[in-house]
Amino acid sequence: MSVILSSTLLLGGIGVAGAGLLYVVAKKFYVAEDPRIEEVEALLPGANCGGCGYNGCHDFATACCNATSLNGMNCPGAGPAAMEKIASIVGLVADVTVPKVAVLKCNGTHAARQAIVIYDGAASCALLSTVAAPGCRFGCLGQGDCVKVCRFGALKMDAETGLPVIDDEKCTACGECVTHCPRKIIELRNKGPRGLRVWVDCSSRDKGGVAMKLCKSACIGCGKCAKECPHGAIVVENNLAYIDFEKCRLCRKCVDVCPTHAIHTANFPKPKVKAETL
Amino acid sequence: MKKFTFRKGGIHPPQDKLTAEKGIVDMPLPSKVVLSLSQSIGVPAVTSLKKGDKVRRGDMVGQPGGFVSAPVHTPISGTVVSVGTVTSPTGMFSNGIVIEADENDHRADLQMIGDMTFVRSEAEALALSKEQLIDIIGNAGIVGLGGATFPTKVKLLPPEGMKADILIVNAAECEPYLTCDEAIMLEQPREIVEGVRYLMKAAAVDKAVIAIEDNKPRAIETMTQAVHSFDNITVATCRTKYPQGSEKQLIKAVTGREVASGALPVSVGAIVDNVATVLAVYHAVRWGLPLIERVVTVTGPSVSNPGNYRVPVGTTLSTLADMAGGIPDDTGKIIIGGPMMGKAAITLDSPATKGVSGILFLPESQSHRRVPTPCVRCAKCVDACPMGLEPYLISILSAQSRFDEADSNHVADCIECGSCMYTCPSARPLLDNIRVGKSTVLARRRAKKIMN
Repeated sequence: MSVILSSTLLLGGIGVAGAGLLYVVAKKFYVAEDPRIEEVEALLPGANCGGCGYNGCHDFATACCNATSLNGMNCPGAGPAAMEKIASIVGLVADVTVPKVAVLKCNGTHAARQAIVIYDGAASCALLSTVAAPGCRFGCLGQGDCVKVCRFGALKMDAETGLPVIDDEKCTACGECVTHCPRKIIELRNKGPRGLRVWVDCSSRDKGGVAMKLCKSACIGCGKCAKECPHGAIVVENNLAYIDFEKCRLCRKCVDVCPTHAIHTANFPKPKVKAETL
Repeated sequence: MKKFTFRKGGIHPPQDKLTAEKGIVDMPLPSKVVLSLSQSIGVPAVTSLKKGDKVRRGDMVGQPGGFVSAPVHTPISGTVVSVGTVTSPTGMFSNGIVIEADENDHRADLQMIGDMTFVRSEAEALALSKEQLIDIIGNAGIVGLGGATFPTKVKLLPPEGMKADILIVNAAECEPYLTCDEAIMLEQPREIVEGVRYLMKAAAVDKAVIAIEDNKPRAIETMTQAVHSFDNITVATCRTKYPQGSEKQLIKAVTGREVASGALPVSVGAIVDNVATVLAVYHAVRWGLPLIERVVTVTGPSVSNPGNYRVPVGTTLSTLADMAGGIPDDTGKIIIGGPMMGKAAITLDSPATKGVSGILFLPESQSHRRVPTPCVRCAKCVDACPMGLEPYLISILSAQSRFDEADSNHVADCIECGSCMYTCPSARPLLDNIRVGKSTVLARRRAKKIMN
């Protein structure tokens, strides 16, 4: 009986003493954290993608609460609506940012560019880019490094074309795929009004003849689009046309003149087929 | 007889030395050569030549672009047709020069090979000073002909405070199929020994060891006879084991010394040069001939006429394939170099460079990798790794982009010998991933160095 009593008292005593110690420590070493940080963090996606330029979501939330202005601070993952809410929590004005989206600048599908080698090494663009350069030196390697690094599930490989497909809705323009692509063929471009956008779907800086031989849908740098563009949005440099999305007014005149159909559009409604006149 | 070898790891692939009995066949001088300016490790060579310039056989057409760099010479006289890009067999681009022979020049060239004359007698050559020898070797564009193409001159100029005491001539030729080193040992043993003496003088060492694996008994016999009259040059018989011919493994095998992680071989007092490099040194010192030709093994199970060919640098690889009877019909993969370390080619319209030791035509049935299955943690790769690394671990870390952890597990010490992948029962692409990790880690270290 006395064994039970003494052990209960001893363990109970240790428990009370421990609780007391914890209470004192918690009071003495309490760190006052801005309660808004937690609120802001709750609005962020929590993917810690680093697209904002900070070390993860908590860091960004802390920075928002300590900031004197939200200029240049934007979470591409959460979107503008969440940024407005964050702005109201911290009592500042949200930085108006144009939403962006990752765009693949290569249309070297299996159909357009005949595979000349069979690659059976590890599925890694980073590796393939160092061991061999089969075909186009600038095009997509098709091993899916971008798909692997996307934390939002916005990319998937299309088995038929051998190219990654980017989902507009899921892409947050965090830029992870852009940095991991060894060929540097993914660009963050303005998403455009209602998702409408026009871009050159090629990154080949080879001379026209060489590029055409390697890939049917390559930009050959002929400059027809630049001549056609009424807004001066297109420049041809190193045998490659580039459409400046700040200047482009989405008139799509360039699309029709391109001899290799290398200029692509997204989300435009399909042109209505005119009724055949008899 | 004592047989040398390294203790840790290593594998025993089938030897398949199909061309071991074949003598060296001279390739005819091509009427057109394509010379890449990136034929050595380090900075590419630079050229001041323009289209239309005349060059003569042996002229330096590319000057070294830095300290770790080697000049490039032309094997034929003729006119520069173009200066531009050259495609490597793997499809990579580098700067290069295309030279076409004129009819008259070419006839003169063809005679020149026949009546090669000595520019120095043996006595004159042995009287040269260390500095003169290093100069001759540097100007001749001699690089490591084992495949790594490290400029030989740089090896002979060790950093401040380090001194070599032994020259190891690497004649291990541990790669299956390749026999180019064996062929020159059988045909030119005297010249090699003379080259060893010049290199010993240039490196200021008084001891040299010619290391040969025991699967080449004829070469061991020939070389032993050739070094008979020299007390300070010996032949070391090594046990056949891959990668015996790797610099660090060979030093360990022959001297028992271990090169520290990231350190140069000269830090343990050893200089290692390939036997073909030694022969090139002999040619440079005695004949005044720069490095414009090398012996290449063209081989494969179904090649009709495999052999060892003496090839002028810049010859197109497809002409070399034609010499050996053309590309076999059942070819599935063409490898430039040996089957273990060589790289698969995507085109044979590229020129032979100084680093090409062999062309291997593998039939379709041997060309494909097995489908990888999950790692079963058998640790065969750990046992096989001659560098004492944990390939399964650094491979996974590299594949998951955890490069800091890969670095702390010494991914940068990998010699890319491929022993791990050879033994893996699950056919995992271990070396593929490790290569990515290694190159990333090395690039990060360089960036850090520049920042500091």
